[in-house]
Amino acid sequence: MLQRSLVVCAILAFTAGIVVATFADFRVFLPGLLDGAAITIEITLGGCLLAVAMALIAAAAKMYGPAPVRWLAVGYIEVFRGTSALVQLFWLFFVLPHFGILLEPITVAIVALGLNVGAYGAEVVRGAINAVPRGQWEATVALNMTRMEALRRVILPQAVVAMIPPWGNLFIELLKATALVSLITISDLAFKAQQMNQTTYRTVEIFTIVLVIYLAIATLITIGMRTLEHLASRGLSRGRA
Amino acid sequence: MFWDWSYSWEILPILARASIITIEATVLGFALAATFGLLLAVMRMSQAAWISVPTAGFVEFVRSTPLLIQIFFIYFVLPEFGVTLGAMTAGILALGMHYGSYCSEVYRAGLENIPRGQWEASTALNLSPYHTFRDIIIPQAIPPVVPALGNYFVALFKETPLLSAIAVLELMQTAKILGSENFRYTEPITLVGVFFLVFSLIAAAGVRRVEYWLKYRRGG
Repeated sequence: MLQRSLVVCAILAFTAGIVVATFADFRVFLPGLLDGAAITIEITLGGCLLAVAMALIAAAAKMYGPAPVRWLAVGYIEVFRGTSALVQLFWLFFVLPHFGILLEPITVAIVALGLNVGAYGAEVVRGAINAVPRGQWEATVALNMTRMEALRRVILPQAVVAMIPPWGNLFIELLKATALVSLITISDLAFKAQQMNQTTYRTVEIFTIVLVIYLAIATLITIGMRTLEHLASRGLSRGRA
Repeated sequence: MFWDWSYSWEILPILARASIITIEATVLGFALAATFGLLLAVMRMSQAAWISVPTAGFVEFVRSTPLLIQIFFIYFVLPEFGVTLGAMTAGILALGMHYGSYCSEVYRAGLENIPRGQWEASTALNLSPYHTFRDIIIPQAIPPVVPALGNYFVALFKETPLLSAIAVLELMQTAKILGSENFRYTEPITLVGVFFLVFSLIAAAGVRRVEYWLKYRRGG
């Protein structure tokens, strides 16, 4: 963790140094890129929330639902994991209007990425719940807890801790996938990069800075998830070796 | 009319031809990723800090930033340094670099699972680092990581539509062109989705078979 942060800080400082020293006119394109970064962060947050919700619903449906609900969940998970995120994004963007559903591009973006990552997340949730030792379930039966009580007070608190690291990876995958929304005309960071590149021809600086901005956001996600994991694992006797 | 069958039949051969480019990009990109990843893994495990630290930084950097920007970076930035690449070459290079970083972590896990005694035995036999890797370490490290590599093969395949952003005429780009020519996007994009779904399912089944075969052959 510390080592990674140091590497990131070194890359940030290095780039800042290059930018300030060599290309003093970065003021021309930096505000535009930061505007784009704001959209990227907005889509990332929206997508993450939707992904978590979809993952919980799909995992619950696949594990505990009656047969038709289970098939629906399996279908959702397999289709969204089996096709490309860009294809899903284009499909929602171009095909939904055919059915008379007109959505803002940014809504389409959040829905597409949320559904895509949610399908991967469903397997994470399922894996984490299955990883709670069987004895824990048996103990709740012995203690005469209801199924809901057992889930809420015994199983989920342990499953959540196991879920956090893979969710951190998925959130970074989602952040990286937001770059795709530039292809459906949303002016996110990737879109701004191309736009600024066409107007200023500062190709090297722009794309380097953009990559560093993505790296910085990804690092923030990693730090946030580590903190969350630390908070969630308090009082549990498990932890990282 | 939500779905036009005659239009679908008409565009199917065109999409089938475009899928050859997609598969080509996948196979070449993965070949690059698999070799590049091994190189990165060995470099990251190097005793010399001046090799291992920059390699670790590179892997973290590539893994934390979007592939699309990396494709743009290679396609637009390299010409500034006098390296002009075709769109397909730039795309394959970007795919190989991106997934090479992911593969390097897989290889590293495999290499780190080799018992210390194997290294010590190579030292005792006075093998050079090259022969240690080639004859002792890599033959033991590769088979267990093949399934994980297979997953990245499927993941790389699913990322090839990004090449449409630099106008490589793969499936997605072809579907977009067909859609704009005929003012109907539903059929081409849905067919592309079906193609990806079918190929992913076949590839996933293939990976499971290889996994089973490796286990069987190694007497597991």
